[in-house]
Amino acid sequence: MYSDLVMDHFSAPRNVGEIEEPDGVGRIGSPECGDVIRLTIKVGDGRITDVKFKAFGCGAAVATSSMATELVKGATLDEALAVTNQTVADALGGLPAQKMHCSNLAADALHLAIEDYLARRDDASGDETACDVGSGDDELPVGRPADEAACDRTGES
Amino acid sequence: MNAIYFDHAATTPVDPRVLEAMLPYFSERAGNASEIHAWGREAHEALERARAQVAAGLGAHEREIVFTSGGTESDNLAVVGLLQLEQPGHVVISAIEHPAVTAAAGFLERLGWEVSRVPVDRTGTVDLEALAAALRPDTRLVSLMLANNVVGTVQPVREAAALAREHGVVVHTDAVQAVGAVPIDVDELGVDLLSLSAHKIYGPKGIGALYVRRGVKVRPLIHGGGQERALRSGTENVAGAVGLGAAVELALRVLPETASHVSALRDRLTAGILSAVPDVELLGHPTRRLPGNVCVSVHFIEGESMVLRLDRVGIAVSSGSACASQSLEPSQVITSMGYDAVAAHGSLRLSLGRENTTAEVERFLEVFPAIVADLRAMSPLSATR
Repeated sequence: MYSDLVMDHFSAPRNVGEIEEPDGVGRIGSPECGDVIRLTIKVGDGRITDVKFKAFGCGAAVATSSMATELVKGATLDEALAVTNQTVADALGGLPAQKMHCSNLAADALHLAIEDYLARRDDASGDETACDVGSGDDELPVGRPADEAACDRTGES
Repeated sequence: MNAIYFDHAATTPVDPRVLEAMLPYFSERAGNASEIHAWGREAHEALERARAQVAAGLGAHEREIVFTSGGTESDNLAVVGLLQLEQPGHVVISAIEHPAVTAAAGFLERLGWEVSRVPVDRTGTVDLEALAAALRPDTRLVSLMLANNVVGTVQPVREAAALAREHGVVVHTDAVQAVGAVPIDVDELGVDLLSLSAHKIYGPKGIGALYVRRGVKVRPLIHGGGQERALRSGTENVAGAVGLGAAVELALRVLPETASHVSALRDRLTAGILSAVPDVELLGHPTRRLPGNVCVSVHFIEGESMVLRLDRVGIAVSSGSACASQSLEPSQVITSMGYDAVAAHGSLRLSLGRENTTAEVERFLEVFPAIVADLRAMSPLSATR
């Protein structure tokens, strides 16, 4: 059901891990829904100089995370923001239909990480007391509710 | 490296002896069992021999066996066939039935029936007090599986049937996972309807049977030429029925040594996993479970990932994770047992068969801890919990 490229990224995922002292963190999904992606970025000169991910989830969750990091490493923030979940799926040669909505979240996590970076930068320039930014996942924007009933299971009945 | 198959609860390969019994009925003995010429008579006799084999395996009479296309059709024929033309009343099922029963009961709801889903405890055993309390004057059917397909817990069907029969309620059991694993006698169990399938017991796919106790009135779902005493029209699947008969007979002949061989492997696997991998728990009943079932929940990681990683090293297992299912819902069996969805996402089922070996179990135990460690290193959950 998965393509060879998806299986390649699942079996040997690129950029796994967590950047120490990241410039931005994005976390999306919930354990109840079966997928959580946490993505950390380092930014320099308006480009993503490093990106790493951790994922709890199925083959598609891991493979899309791996591919998303490959797509944006070295990219400008604008280029990275233009990467969508669909871009990631296309780069993998497609995903099974039922995985498109539930496990294809890596670009969303990336966008949250960039938003986090931009927010920190703005806070740092405008407000010197903003020292606790990014201290924990709880304060991060979370793209999907943790409520199990709210798991996005579009497409199948 | 040889492939290792630990997914016998999903399906089993056809035993060569079963296949050998079936083969003539595809070619030189391919008559239509409803015809009166020599070819037809030969097919008819084979069909009836198979029926007698299935009946003998259940302690039933031949006339009580209806051949179907498999477990799902048998469950539908039992649940829907019994009640579809009756005045809507009440049906009791357990919370952990196979989708074939759950969805058939859901269909009855659309016809105006009320359905009670009796809860199970943390071991996956149905709550008999709750079942007794659920019975009403208008209850017409209790359906309780003999053994669960996910966690392997063997259900107190005999006790449940006794409760139901006090109230004159018909009892159905889905025995698809139990046949060949535990001895079955319909009178001893006290059930009126029992579903079984060939492909779970080294027979072919596409054939199963429903036991219907004499005097219990079931109406057909499939209408036509009146085969199977008008309960299941359609030209008889003679080769399939011969395969089912042979598979049942073989399964019962080897049941004692199979159960002891397979349960020894199961116990070694369970102990090996629990000792080698931290943060794992066994799901299902510690002792009242199918001899070949190991079901665990592995914390912090997700089932489909484990299934895919094991597949890469040639080991076939399954998971109750939402991600591993077509419906994208976590196993309702596991959540009904009081575990959260996360436990269901991290579930892994290993179901053993008679051809599995100790060497295969040891091979699994060699590779599994590293796979778990690798996936946990990638998981954002392990560090934060």
